[in-house]
Formats: sequence, structure tokens, C-alpha cells
Amino acid sequence: MSQTQAAATPRRPIECGVPDAMDYMHPALVNNFGNWQRHDRPRPGVLRHVSRSGDQVWTVRAGTQRQMDVHTIRKLCDIADQYAEGHVRFTIRSNIEFIVADEKKVTPLIETLEKSGFPVGGTGNSVSMVAHTQGWLHCDIPATDASGVVKSMMDQLYEEFKNEEMPNRVRLSTSCCEINCGGQADIAVIIQHTKPPLINHDLVANVCERPAVVARCPVAAIRPALVNGKPSLEVDEKKCVCCGACYPPCPPMQINDPENSKIAIWVGGKNSNARIKPTFMKMVAAGLPNNPPRWPEVNEVVGRILRTYKTDARPWERMADWVERIGWPRFFEKTGLTFTKYLIDDWRGARANLNASTHVRF
Amino acid sequence: MAKKMHETPHLDQLENGPWPSFVTGLKRLAKDKDYVVDVLGQLETSYKTRKGYWKGGTVSVFGYGGGVIPRFTELKDAEGKPVYGDAAEFHTLRVMPPPGMHYSTDILRKLCDIWERHGSGLIALHGQSGDIMFQGCTTENVQKAWDEINVLGFDLGGAGPAVRTSMSCVGAARCEQSCYNEAAAHRVVINSFLDEIHRPALPYKFKFKFSGCPNDCMNSIQRSDMAVIGTWRDNIQTDEELARAWFTKHGMNELVNDVVARCPTKAIQLKEAKDLKAGGTVSAVRLSDGHGLEIDNRDCVRCMHCINVMTGALAPGNDRGASILVGGKRTLKIGDLMGTLIVPFMKLDSDEDREKLVDLAQRIIDFFADNALEHERTGEMIERIGLVSFLEGIGIDIDPNMVSQPRTNPYVRVDGWDDEVARINAKAEQAA
Repeated sequence: MSQTQAAATPRRPIECGVPDAMDYMHPALVNNFGNWQRHDRPRPGVLRHVSRSGDQVWTVRAGTQRQMDVHTIRKLCDIADQYAEGHVRFTIRSNIEFIVADEKKVTPLIETLEKSGFPVGGTGNSVSMVAHTQGWLHCDIPATDASGVVKSMMDQLYEEFKNEEMPNRVRLSTSCCEINCGGQADIAVIIQHTKPPLINHDLVANVCERPAVVARCPVAAIRPALVNGKPSLEVDEKKCVCCGACYPPCPPMQINDPENSKIAIWVGGKNSNARIKPTFMKMVAAGLPNNPPRWPEVNEVVGRILRTYKTDARPWERMADWVERIGWPRFFEKTGLTFTKYLIDDWRGARANLNASTHVRF
Repeated sequence: MAKKMHETPHLDQLENGPWPSFVTGLKRLAKDKDYVVDVLGQLETSYKTRKGYWKGGTVSVFGYGGGVIPRFTELKDAEGKPVYGDAAEFHTLRVMPPPGMHYSTDILRKLCDIWERHGSGLIALHGQSGDIMFQGCTTENVQKAWDEINVLGFDLGGAGPAVRTSMSCVGAARCEQSCYNEAAAHRVVINSFLDEIHRPALPYKFKFKFSGCPNDCMNSIQRSDMAVIGTWRDNIQTDEELARAWFTKHGMNELVNDVVARCPTKAIQLKEAKDLKAGGTVSAVRLSDGHGLEIDNRDCVRCMHCINVMTGALAPGNDRGASILVGGKRTLKIGDLMGTLIVPFMKLDSDEDREKLVDLAQRIIDFFADNALEHERTGEMIERIGLVSFLEGIGIDIDPNMVSQPRTNPYVRVDGWDDEVARINAKAEQAA
């Protein structure tokens, strides 16, 4: 069919929605769906689930680079065909899981995965793969990369991924702008801009829907203005918190700055309801340079926080539980990070983050 | 054979170290594709200058308004020509995975073949919303790739001001903590809103996420506008054989410090075996001939901690279902919001139960569509108008489970108090 014909008779989409998981699920999981009784972890990277039917399955979990070329995916498929009856699944943190119903396959599967370059781990009290965003590879508003930051972090945390030596599970995320698509985590690495947007007034009128841009600003620092005779926008730089919210709807308000867009580190976010209620993460360091290709300054701080947590936290304490026990002064003392005035909240609801008590740990 | 590679000294350093390298993957693709040679060229430039060079635009498939993320290069030479011309367009197709992200190798290979033919050959498994992201496609090839992906039974996900792709945990497929059929709920809810996914017309994005228990492995409380989180109403179940085995292995220190002391509401107590009493709302289990655990389920908030530590020995009850929370989101614009509980419990056992979930979702989305400001998320709308207005709008009665405590300020008109008490009492009498 020629291109003109194709355009004349376009194919209507089949609006089929979410596929049925049962069509793709490992048969042992289909057979025992809803009938699992318990699980344990025979070794890091391996889960054993026991069904009320008496069936058992072993899951072998391995790390991936998330952004995968088709050759890598096919290699993983070859391994699944050889050991796991041609089925795999992925976790929310881009780990791949192979399910086997025969215990004898576990060791050779692990050996094959590791020989092929996929670390086995990410279970229990390990540091799992970093949840991350798109960065320079694909995002339209990134101040930094994502996959590269994560690669450099996971190289450093490789042994922590493969072992279960942390007090509780550790979840990490990175985000390449302050929207923070990476999400809440025990430790999060997020860009923190430090200068107001640089506005190209020649372009604003043609590119940006000005009232919408004004409405985006969380601190009402943007107002319409006539600049050099052209309708544009101006920013009250005293009010501006440099969040970058104006940049996506108005690209001429450039917020990304190779020198002045820095990186901040946050700790103590958790989504689980276990023990204390879910918690937001707290900023504990900022001003770190955006330093590709391996971001050594960021990795140094992340490594330092993790080492301190690993030695100091008690069993089952997530990062948030640990800090709740030892208190923030001791967190900063033990990690050697500097508590600055920028870490005292002044956003709405800030008073809830101040200490309204005499509770002090000496 | 593709054209010669550009020098990539920065990216080359991301091939060192033990973790799998996406750069090595891109280089492998670049052996066959000029397209990826130039993608690497532009990415290396970003690493050098610390700037991003993609801008959005408008690209879609026939019949849909969303699901494709268009990217055009802004890295141009003095004459305005793309520096890396073969990668001037780098669009992404967002495709919805099966719930729980299960795949046969057969379907993965077919998807790889399609993407090798029409796209860059780079696939992210998965994006932060849960999509299979087919990354890197020219405008011309988007429709071709989509046509082939669609006939395999896969559909595009959401983008822009639309209902978005969803995620659910492995759940009942392989987890003993699962409190409802996550895959079924995920599929029936999302497939009821395909029009809202494919034709963006909401004030802003709307996300669902489905977690089978309060461990919330899908991070739904903070990452979705409507979170469906499994829970149970009756007593925690116990298994003495597994409890004794746990105690033999872990001992008294771990029992006291890791289980009893970590219960957030002190619902769990260590008792001498002779004092152990089960019955009513109390679960009890022997750990040895001398000791046992007693849990008063009225005080338990279903946090999952003791069940996580002593899995199998302790388990969620039999009367399972889900709690519903609304309004979770990340920073921009008003700051981070966790979801707020609006339904403490609903059954999700049958198709009929799941239809009630769809109905609730429909009411929330309708209210959101009518009342949210442009670019305002559900949680921000609720913050602006107040939870009570929202609940009245969607027809849900208030419940003290919805607050962590009653108000601490007097800034409210209470001249309707008596009427409100009378109305609530009348309703309670009617229900009795």
C-alpha cells in the first residue's frame, strides 16, 4: 500500500486497554493465584513462596539498567526460556524476576544471570535499584541525566544490592527536576535550582500562554509585563523560589543552568504503612554540583548516609524510623552533614515541622 | 552497518563498573542504526554542556489524542539544521503493560522485533507511571509501530491532562499478603476510562494505583490521585506451628524488640502461655510452651509490621477488601500530598464489588473534571475546597477515620450543628 493510500484509509485503533495478566503469567502463579500461604528468602535475590496447595515457587530477582536495548531484552528472554518456562515479570524498580517451580534450577539460573552481567539481589534488606526518570536522554525539561546518575550510584551500591545487610529495605530515587517524578524514597537525589529563570522576552508572547504561566507559580512571583515593547512576563526575583514550575509551560523561561542548578539530597520518605504512617522525605543537603558523568559528590553523600544508617539503625528501622529514634541533631552529627537555615521549613504548614515541645535529646 | 560513531568520552565512563550499562546497550544498537549513533551524539553533548536538548510538540496516532510523547531536537547549528540529523525526532510510545508486569518471552520478543524495525530499539521497562516506554521513533514511524503493537493486544497509555497508565503489585499472583484481586481491579477500572486515557480532556492528570496490602509496594498513597490499598476487617490470623518455628529461630530479644515494641498502637502484647486468651476481637498464638502473643484487633491499624516480620505465623484476616485514598501527588504546585482516606473499607471480591469501585472512580473523575482548575491535581482541588465539599460532591458520608484528629482551631461556623446531629442520627436509625 502506498503512503497516500495508507493516509486515505487509516487504521482505527483497537481500544483494547490493559491486557489480561493471566495470558502472560507463569503457569505456577496462575495455578496458585490467591492461594499463597507464606514466603521466605533462602538467599539474597531469591524468594520462596509456598502455596496452600503445597506448590512452591522460587523467584530469582536481578537488576537491569531499565533503559534496555532489544538485544539485552532478548538475552533475558533466552535465559527465561532456558530456566523459567518462558515467563518473566518486572518490579516497580525495574528488576526482572524469573519464576521457577523446580528448586534445582535456582543455582544454575543465578549463575547464568550473573555471567551475563545481571546482578542477582534486590530482595529483603538490600538497597534495591533506583527508581528514576528520563533525564537528558528523553525529557524536555531536565536539568540533569537520570540513567547516568543511577548507573553511577548502582555501581557504588552493587554489593548492597546483592546482599541483605541493611537494617530494613532501602528505596532510592533520582529526579532530574523538582517535579520529582522519581518519588518519595529513603534517599532521593533531586535537582535544586538556585537562580530564577532567565527569560527570553522575544519569545514569551509567541510561545507561552501567559495567564497559565502566572497561575503555575507557587509563590505568585510571576506577572505579565511589557518588556522592550513586547508582551512578556517578569519574575519578582525576591519572591522566586527557583522551583522551575514556570519552565514546562513556558520554555523561554529557562530555569536549567549548567553551573547553578545544583543537586539536593533528601531522606526518610516511605510509602509503606508499616510501623509509623507513610512519611515524606526531608531535605538534608543541597548545593552539590551537577557533575556528569559519574556525580562523585552526590555519591559521596549518599554513601555516607547509607553507611551511617547501616551501622546505627536497629533491625526493621527504615531510614524514617531510625531518624525518629535518634533525632535530627544526631542525624546531622553522625552523617557529618551541615544543618543550615535553608532546612528550616517556611512553606505553608511549616509550623508542623517545628519542635513545639521540650523534647530534646542531649 | 551504521555510520561511524561519534566520540563519546563522557558516556564511555558509564560503561565502567559492575551495574548493567544503558550506554553499552545504546552502543550495541548504534552498530546497526544511524539513528542511535546520533542519539548518542546528542546525549554526549548534554553530558558535556549539562543541558537538555529535547522539546515537545504534537505527534499522535490516528484516533487518539495522547499516548505519544513527542521529542524534537533543539541542538542546531548556525543555519538552524540539527547537529545530529538522524536523531532529530525521538518520540516515545507509552504502552500499558499487563497488571503485575507479567510477560511471556514470546510477547517480549514480538515487541522487540517491532521496535527494532520501526524505532530505536530502546525500551524502558518501565516508566515511572508504569508504561512500557518504546523510546525513540521518528514521526513517520510512530503510526507503523503503533499499528503492529496494537494488533498484539496492547494499547497506548495516558499522557497530558488525562487518566494515566496504572500499576498494580504482583499481589494474588504470588503474595500471601494480597487482600483483593489487584489485577482484576486494575484492569476493570482502567478499561472503564479508556476514553479519558486516549483523549485528554481533564483539568490535569489523574492516576490510579493498586496495592494489595498496606505495605503499598506500588507507592500508591503518594503517587496516585486514587489509591486502592488492600486491608482486612476481621482478626489477624495465626498459625501456631509457624509461630513456634519463628520463635525457635529468632528468640525472645527479636520477639520483644522487633515485633512487640514496634507495634504502632501497642495492640500486640507478650503473654505467658497460661494467661493467653483468644476469642472475640483477640488473636492469640503460642510461640513456645512458656509464651505467646496476644493481639487486640480493635486497636490494630493494619500496618503490616508484625505480619512482615512473622510472615505465615501471622497473616491478614479473612474478611479482606481495600481502603481508598485520594489526592496523593508530588511537589508542584502546592507541595507534596499524601492521599487522604475517604473509604475505610470496601469489599472487592466479586464483579459487582468491582463495579462499585468503578462507580466511585467515575464520581471522583466527574467531580474533578467539573471543579478542578486547569493544571490542578485532585489533592490540590481538595485542599482548596475542603474535604467536606469534595465528599458531598461525590456523595460519600463523613467518617472519623478520615482525620488524624478533629480540628484544632475555632474558625468554623457551627450554626448548623443541631441539624447535622439530627440528620446523622436519623440516618443511623434508618440503617439500623
